[in-house]
Amino acid sequence: MRSGYNPEPMDWSPLWVSIATSVTATVITLFLGLAAAAWREGRKGPALALVDGIFLLPLVLPPTVVGFLLLLLFGRNGPLGQLFLKFDATIVFSWPATVIAATVVAFPLMYLTARAALEQVEPSLLQAARTLGASEWRVFREVALPLAWPGVLAGTILSFARALGEFGATLMLAGNIPGRTETIPIAIYFAVEANEMTQAATWCLIDIGISLALLAGLYYWTHLQAPQRMRWARR
Amino acid sequence: MPLEVQIEKKLLDFTLEVSFRAEAEPLSILGASGAGKTMLLRCIAGLERPDRGRIKLNDRVFFDSESRLNIPARQRRVSMLFQNYAIFPHRTVAENIGFGLEALPRDERSKRVAELIERTHLAGLADRYSRTLSGGEQQRVALARALAIEPEALLLDEPLSALDTHLRSQVEIQLQETFAAYRRPTLLVTHNMEEAYRLGARLLVLSRGRVIASGAKERIFQRPPSVEVARLTGCKNISRARTISDHSVEALDWGCTLRVAQPTVQSTAQPTGFVGIRAHHIEFVEANGAANEENVFPCWLVRSSETPFRITLFLSLQQHSSQSPQPESAQLQAEVYKEKWQRFRDKPFPWHVRLRTDSLFWMKE
Repeated sequence: MRSGYNPEPMDWSPLWVSIATSVTATVITLFLGLAAAAWREGRKGPALALVDGIFLLPLVLPPTVVGFLLLLLFGRNGPLGQLFLKFDATIVFSWPATVIAATVVAFPLMYLTARAALEQVEPSLLQAARTLGASEWRVFREVALPLAWPGVLAGTILSFARALGEFGATLMLAGNIPGRTETIPIAIYFAVEANEMTQAATWCLIDIGISLALLAGLYYWTHLQAPQRMRWARR
Repeated sequence: MPLEVQIEKKLLDFTLEVSFRAEAEPLSILGASGAGKTMLLRCIAGLERPDRGRIKLNDRVFFDSESRLNIPARQRRVSMLFQNYAIFPHRTVAENIGFGLEALPRDERSKRVAELIERTHLAGLADRYSRTLSGGEQQRVALARALAIEPEALLLDEPLSALDTHLRSQVEIQLQETFAAYRRPTLLVTHNMEEAYRLGARLLVLSRGRVIASGAKERIFQRPPSVEVARLTGCKNISRARTISDHSVEALDWGCTLRVAQPTVQSTAQPTGFVGIRAHHIEFVEANGAANEENVFPCWLVRSSETPFRITLFLSLQQHSSQSPQPESAQLQAEVYKEKWQRFRDKPFPWHVRLRTDSLFWMKE
């Protein structure tokens, strides 16, 4: 009966943790993904298949496997964990761990879309820039990137949505510390565990709302905006 | 010697193996599609790396496989005009033209851009984007952008192929003016023999990666050295031939014996070859009296094909017994203006054609 039940006031911290984590992870992913895609562009060779495989692995592995590998890497005895210990920093069960987990799982989406977008840029435009004396950096920054931008932006939105939804790897690496590492998906899991269905449902609705807004925005961008912006990219 | 090229590069189904020199004047590179023309330009521009050889412009070595030297495209100062013009779609006309002038101070850059806009008749279009420009305007933007960096050589890849016919002659004249003012090595790739002839001072004919003719364009068109060159320069009439004496040959495909002007007969050692005549060099003559003259033969019309002002007549030098002459029995193509054709179209067969000795040329395989 409800009479003895005294609902706790809603703790909004998972929302802020989730947003801070996803924004940070997306920014890092944007740069890493772009750099990887730009590096990969125009390269050929069997060794690159392996590189691609490694880049895309987080997309297909169960998040628990990713989380376990990250634990090995960042744990007290892991190579990166040891490195951070020298600066008196521990990654595991800290807020940066949520960012690391989200970055790793979002990276493949950014990499894939950025690569596809860069590959679509007409090669003769890049070559023309080179014959006009532009350095590779300038070719990338002033020709390739602006023309690939609609695709890169779509990748950014996808990465953000993926980072926002990250659960398994985050739980393993960052744990569930309210106010620090408890993101929305983790809050939902533990709310259900504790049989606090109203709270779980509230978080679910918030999560669905944010994701839907992002995907609608993405659709709007790629289908309604991009065709106009990209028309010049085709010719 | 402005531009020296001597390169080898293995391509998908043949090897590009080219060696030539180009002076400070326009050189047309003629060849069928897939002959390696574009690849050659790309090697000179530094966009592709040859397997072997050497490329030198003025006193700068761009590529030398022996000393493993390969100057990157951005340092060569060789501008290339791409077949699709490659205008940056996210930049305005002025920004496109100024792209290669980044190093200049802002004032000077905009002055130079304004100058080029003036010179290439693009006034009023400075702030437009390429998608709003016509093909001819895009081509001019590409040309202005290429000239902006004051390149030491200019490479043009099929500069007219993307344009409508009515624009071509106009753009061609502009290109001629540009070349005349530019006075540096200018390489122009085309598969169109008329373009090659009009725009180049000299000619290089390429086939499957090899130079099959090079030199003054007039000579190559008048006396193509081989069957392939003859075909590429638009010669429609080519017959296998056998030397009979110093000045006469038997044209085996046409079925006649011809007097020729050149003592063909460096070829006694090699008594077979080919004889050719261009379609518009075949003359129609009155039957009476002319019939016994030199190189005059009776002929029968097999079929014809009209263009707006001219007509191509497919002729046979033999009368065929069958009522429906086979098109493959047509052995000579003659091209005449329609006005002239009106004068003899209703005359009874056989007509008579003259293959003038000075229009005939002898070729090796």
